[in-house]
Amino acid sequence: MFRFILGRLLQGLLVLLALYTITFFLAKAMPGEPFTTEKNVSETTKQYLRKLYGLEKPLWQQYIIYPSKIISAGDFGVSTSKGRPVNDIISQSFPVSLVLGLGALTFAIGIGVPIGIISAVRRNSWVDWSLMAVAMVGICVPAFTVGPLLQILVAANIPGLKVAGWGSPLDFLLPAFTLGLVSAAYLARLTRGGLLEILSQDFIRTAHSKGLSPTRVILKHALRGGLLPSVAYLGPAFAAMISGSFIVETIFQVPGMGQHFVNAAIARDEFLLMGVALFFGFLIILMNLASDILTGLLDPRVRIGKEAS
Amino acid sequence: MPLLDVQNLKTYFHTRAGTTRAVDDISFSLEKGEIVGVVGESGSGKSVTCHSILGLLPQPPARVEGGSVTFDGDELIGLDPLLLRAVRGRRISMIFQDPMSCLNPYLRILDQVAEPILVHEDVSREEAESRALEMLKKVGIRDAEKRANSFPHEFSGGMRQRAMIAMALVTKPDVLFADEPTTALDVTVQARILQILRDLRDELGVAVLFITHDLGVVAEVADRVVVMYRGKVVEQGTVRELFKNPSHPYVKGLLACRPSFETKYHILPTVEDFLETKTASDGSVTLRERSDAAQRLEKLESDGDLEGASDSSALLLEVKDLKVHFRSGGGFWGKPREVVKAVDGVSLNIHKGRTLGLVGESGCGKTTTGRAILQLICPTSGNVTYGGVSLSGLAAEEIRPFRKRMQIIFQDPYASLNPRMTIEQALLEPMNFHNIGSGREDRRARVVSLLEEVGLSSSHLRRYPHEFSGGQRQRLCVARALTVEPEFIVCDECVSAMDVSVQAQVLNLLRELQDRRGLTYLFISHDLSVVKFVSDEVAVMQAGRIVEQNDAEQLYRNPVNDYTRQLLDAVPQSDF
Amino acid sequence: MSAKNAQAGSSLWRDAWLRMGRNKAAMASLAVFTLMVFLCFVLAWFCKDPNAVTLTNKFAPPSGDHWMGTDALGRDLFSRILYGGQISILVGLVATAVSVCIGVSYGALSGFAGGRIDATMMRVVDTLLSIPFLVVVIVLQAVLSDWSSDTSSWIVTHWKWDKTFTDRLTNIVPLFFALGLFGWLTLARIVRAQVMSLKEREFVEAARALGYNRFRILVRHIIPNTLGPTVVYATLTVPGFIMYEATLSYLGLGVEAPNSSWGILIKEGANFMETHPGLLLIPGIFFSLTLFSLNFLGDGLRDALDVKASKD
Repeated sequence: MFRFILGRLLQGLLVLLALYTITFFLAKAMPGEPFTTEKNVSETTKQYLRKLYGLEKPLWQQYIIYPSKIISAGDFGVSTSKGRPVNDIISQSFPVSLVLGLGALTFAIGIGVPIGIISAVRRNSWVDWSLMAVAMVGICVPAFTVGPLLQILVAANIPGLKVAGWGSPLDFLLPAFTLGLVSAAYLARLTRGGLLEILSQDFIRTAHSKGLSPTRVILKHALRGGLLPSVAYLGPAFAAMISGSFIVETIFQVPGMGQHFVNAAIARDEFLLMGVALFFGFLIILMNLASDILTGLLDPRVRIGKEAS
Repeated sequence: MPLLDVQNLKTYFHTRAGTTRAVDDISFSLEKGEIVGVVGESGSGKSVTCHSILGLLPQPPARVEGGSVTFDGDELIGLDPLLLRAVRGRRISMIFQDPMSCLNPYLRILDQVAEPILVHEDVSREEAESRALEMLKKVGIRDAEKRANSFPHEFSGGMRQRAMIAMALVTKPDVLFADEPTTALDVTVQARILQILRDLRDELGVAVLFITHDLGVVAEVADRVVVMYRGKVVEQGTVRELFKNPSHPYVKGLLACRPSFETKYHILPTVEDFLETKTASDGSVTLRERSDAAQRLEKLESDGDLEGASDSSALLLEVKDLKVHFRSGGGFWGKPREVVKAVDGVSLNIHKGRTLGLVGESGCGKTTTGRAILQLICPTSGNVTYGGVSLSGLAAEEIRPFRKRMQIIFQDPYASLNPRMTIEQALLEPMNFHNIGSGREDRRARVVSLLEEVGLSSSHLRRYPHEFSGGQRQRLCVARALTVEPEFIVCDECVSAMDVSVQAQVLNLLRELQDRRGLTYLFISHDLSVVKFVSDEVAVMQAGRIVEQNDAEQLYRNPVNDYTRQLLDAVPQSDF
Repeated sequence: MSAKNAQAGSSLWRDAWLRMGRNKAAMASLAVFTLMVFLCFVLAWFCKDPNAVTLTNKFAPPSGDHWMGTDALGRDLFSRILYGGQISILVGLVATAVSVCIGVSYGALSGFAGGRIDATMMRVVDTLLSIPFLVVVIVLQAVLSDWSSDTSSWIVTHWKWDKTFTDRLTNIVPLFFALGLFGWLTLARIVRAQVMSLKEREFVEAARALGYNRFRILVRHIIPNTLGPTVVYATLTVPGFIMYEATLSYLGLGVEAPNSSWGILIKEGANFMETHPGLLLIPGIFFSLTLFSLNFLGDGLRDALDVKASKD
């Protein structure tokens, strides 16, 4: 188990390195020059920062300086477009994205998994067909259509819900729902598919032959294996949810992390870009590991540290 | 009154393609403490019968169309599902063929074995688990306390089937349905499982409905036999009666076409030698005995003495100290690699025109040996000499000429043909590749004559493999192997997945081809009776080594090695 | 004696097609998608200029002249939707084609080679899969969009191509690459898993026993048998790419004027949703209907070709 986690973390470092390399060279290839779009940074500060991050040095040295700063001081650099440390930007916006993401996750699991179970149990009935059609709508209608529609139809008609903004506890409902909708739809389909696959297996017939009630067969014998595809999906999906979504943040005016990323790409703000990308990559690796461990707990055959026969 | 009484049971499957009468008006009964064998080939409706009784069939497409099943005075057909559930697992239990896929891989053995008690009786978890543990000991699982907390994948095949039996019997049911419980197991393990079933019957007084395709197993274990064919019961009676004096032509055929240690035939009788099937225009079928069945049998018997090639034929293939070692496990961060010695020093001599049988239980390395001889797997060490030329260390191009001379036929005819190629393409490709025959027309003519040689017709040429039955596909595989006109063929478990009647036909085909073309076979199988029938010489393999090798007659009559003796003793016999 | 009396058999493809013919949802989806393609690629040529601005006729309601009304600049919405659909569908199809080419060759090679080569190749895929896809595409788009305007002017001056056409082309080509370059990863894993299991099948072993060389075995016996899952996965990838394109365009990193796409139309429409919801809803309906039909088509194909839902 320890060996496995260690191995995965080492592999994760490799992934981060690859991600860093890609974003580094892409950032360097972007048109323009950092600090050219600056408004609120004085010339002396610019000079100071250039020196600090070695921006006048050859490319290969710059390539090494940035990660060594992260490792030695936890310093992700300074945003050239915002004139603030990247660390500050992340630490301010990430908690917002985290709350939003957790809300979205709750919606996704709370809606998606039960729909998937009901659909699988009542397969090929009109209940199944209509639930799956609804799930398909969730997949096919983009967040930037759902969001505005929710604003028109729901927020405008229900008191207490604001069209946009971030402050009161209720404010997170609509953006979290919008963000979680696609995942809910995918989860419904994955849960249904996984459950049907398990329900067609021989050991389900054994369970019936033992005289178990259909509910017990589903809950005790089928659900574990049936949830495995959903668990594998949720790892990266949850990482994406808590690292913010530019679209949802823009529509509902949420001060999350996603907007910084897109803005950095547009403004050629290389430190902010790399910082946010690495942070996102780190979250993905962490969540993938979590979903692998959860898979191991659910399925003894892949249980870590034990050799399957 | 019998404990379980089935009267005129009918179960049909309604699909788009039409209605299949899977179980068509059958009646039989089961007394307390009795073992009744239900025998039939695949598709005869034997499994559907017991699934129908317990209401386990998916409905639709299946539907019980009529008849009655009384169990201890109660009617089961049409019973409320809630009440039927109280019968299932408590009074009638069931075990299945493949204990791997039939045990839940996500739950611990103990949980699964204790579950029927917890569901059906009002007892504490501790009590249920201690009773489950007791039952696990009873079916012969050593260290039950320790192993009960394992998961199914940590058990061997035999252990899993024991756990299945424990799970079925833990509630002390009156009836046990055993659906091919030993089919997936090795003979020695099968013998032990059958012993356990008999002991438990004596101890607990449970009645067993034993479903199997294997007549030998039935003879060994059952008191009475019910033979099913095409959804109908064609004959039933006590074991002794039925084996000694079968009355129905199908049963006669079935008994005769099975090779046994005593078989004297050169060409096996088939079911068709006894049974004439007439299909009327409305789809109903009449079965009749052939009028000339007796003559046919007599002729086959008189041909029996005919001996094939002489004993002193030339050496074709020599295998010396062959070793194949695999590395398992390991990987980037995994455990250190382990070496599995699949084949560990095998030496064999195969003579021209003769058949060497290679027999052993699963995992003994017999299949790997066959592949390594053909150089499909690279041997770790040792030498294979074919026709005086050493094959070891030859490059791919240098091996290619030998590929025409050595061929292989596999166990699973469904996986042996490329599903995206027509028969014509599949048979033309080897000839095109190796430049056999002169031109397109000649090759086509060869394909047609090959098809006819293996008992198919040229009208099949443009069909795809999935449009053929298992037996026909195996014929196609034989035809494909013959396209390059080989002299040596490895038959790797090539009849193991077949019903006995089809098996007899394929065995006969192999024998006829050997007579006609002077072929040499390496016949790999786990089935000792079949190996005895086809082989001139037999080698017994265990854990990667040959433990005994001798003339077939000699080896079966006077086995020297302990393991060989153990194998031979484990084969169910049906001589009365 | 020849093959003249042989009855033609039914190939697996034909069987699958017959099975699919019975699936009403899949056939309806096929019809809807065909209609969309017809509208966007044939009917569009007979429509009004999508970029003709008529400021006197802003936000016009549907009429005989403008079937679906006009937008904030008085442009005909219907013809903008059809032209936008061209780009959206094209991006989906071409990016899928790119990723199928890369994915199938990479996966087949990796699976067929086995051993160390396979392990290394798959570790590369695993690493790339852990990299946030959208993140890199966004950055890549930002880099490539600059490159595209340079390329466009170069082509116009040197090759004397039509400027509008060249601009349109160089604007969307980077998108194909950005999406296709990462979209092949999952497909490579699917194909590799297929090849690995096919390699163990007896018919491949029979082919080896018959002495065929490795290339022939791969091309004639293995790859044709991986096409089922490939077709299914590719069909389900198209709507995914269309969605990505829309997202990128919505972020301002995708298609730019004079091109338009459904993502752009929805973005523009969202600005006026309170006063003129049709500008958001009508492109949204076209967009979702297309995605809907492609997804159902993929599901239908999966059932018809009997492809297991597993991801690797």
